[in-house]
Amino acid sequence: MEEAKITMENNALTEEEKKQFFEEFNNGLHRIGKLMLIAAVILLVAVPFLIGAINGVMPEGKGFLSGFAKVGIIYIPVAIVEFLVYSPMLGVGGSYLSFITGNVTNMKIPCAMNARDIADTQVGTPENEIVSTISVATSAIVTTLVIVAGVILLVPLQPVLQSEILLPAFDNVVPALFGALGLKYFAKSPQIAFIPVLLMTLLCVFVPAAISQTSLLMIPCGGLALLIGYVLFKKGKL
Amino acid sequence: MNEYVSNVNAGIFYLIVAGVLGFITIMCFVFLVKSYRAGIRIGMDKKALKKTITASATFTLLPSISILLGVVALSGTLGVPFSWLRLSVIGALQYELNVAEIAAQSYGLSGLRVGEMNMSAFVTIALVMTVGILGGVFCCIFFLKKYLGKIQKAPKKESGGKPGFGAHATTAMFIGLCGAYIGSYVGKAVPREGSDVMPLIVAAVAALAMAVFEYFIQKKGKTVLENFSLAASMLIAMAAAVLIRMV
Repeated sequence: MEEAKITMENNALTEEEKKQFFEEFNNGLHRIGKLMLIAAVILLVAVPFLIGAINGVMPEGKGFLSGFAKVGIIYIPVAIVEFLVYSPMLGVGGSYLSFITGNVTNMKIPCAMNARDIADTQVGTPENEIVSTISVATSAIVTTLVIVAGVILLVPLQPVLQSEILLPAFDNVVPALFGALGLKYFAKSPQIAFIPVLLMTLLCVFVPAAISQTSLLMIPCGGLALLIGYVLFKKGKL
Repeated sequence: MNEYVSNVNAGIFYLIVAGVLGFITIMCFVFLVKSYRAGIRIGMDKKALKKTITASATFTLLPSISILLGVVALSGTLGVPFSWLRLSVIGALQYELNVAEIAAQSYGLSGLRVGEMNMSAFVTIALVMTVGILGGVFCCIFFLKKYLGKIQKAPKKESGGKPGFGAHATTAMFIGLCGAYIGSYVGKAVPREGSDVMPLIVAAVAALAMAVFEYFIQKKGKTVLENFSLAASMLIAMAAAVLIRMV
């Protein structure tokens, strides 16, 4: 494939002017990005309350706090690590868009990298940041359009999707996820996986009460896996 | 039709979700147009900018279809509109399902099962799923400007250094997460009162399907399958659950 190299179309801006323009442009993106993200957060959080109000119910405080504590202990550190690692790769505009539209690792990062390769831009340059933002924005818009088209097609299929015959499929969607994901992660680092998986299996076999406490068990299990991973990393075995 | 199922698939819910997603799409257009204009202003080639757009659009098509399959997988328990919203913004399929399961247990259900769901449980689960994933967004709102400013000013490290523990840490945490679930499926399959072998079978089928995909991706170089491997493995395992129940 022929590479479309970024070329200077004209010399209208000096390097200094270009730097100043880009700084102002980035400041503008920060302003709009922050405002739009705050508005998006308000809208997203409002959805459960709105649906609740329509149906005459509200989120249950105790269930929410208990669930959030378990989710937060895992996903807040993950979110911080992702932010620290990926935002320099995505740049200003790319970060604001990626962190609100999601699928960062599996779609936005590879998409931005691909666009940069095609455009042949250099890391740390304004051109690179612009290509990243355009790439992430395009990717998010295309995903939205594909899913909208899919949802429109799904609506007439609803009676099929909600039939009793398909109930076992949807009741087992979580085991399906962790079976597939487990294979992928265990194969990636079997030396980290062996002890935590064995311990959790033995615990659930011999202490049946533990089976229904998966959401709690994943915290010590994750901690143990992290510890083993760290020890192996320090020994240079990862 | 079950009352819960019809409530979570109500027409008004589609409109609410469309409104939220419409706002986020406008945000994307604003960034796209501003960046395109800025590119032209600093002298970038229009052709290269257009090529960036077409390349990104084509690159995204296949993974987007995989996300759509995720909407199908999630829609049976959480309804189409909320699945559509969750998989269109932030998160990803693995996050959404895991958090929904944790939230369902925290609410007092045995798990994310249609038969046990009610609207109160749904809105509680929906709120946990929404708030739980906002960490990255808050980091952007409060720290992105400062952080990127520091990174740009910091002297570049010598390349070729050893990568840090960060990447391994995320893998380790997910291994822990999967380990807890897999352990519980084995425990549930042990013959005793209330035992259920189906989750273990479904997990095993999904793992097997994933192993086949991984074989073609790693050994045969069919990297295009990467986009589909997770969602397709799940759908194969879910189909197996239906077949087993029918037999």
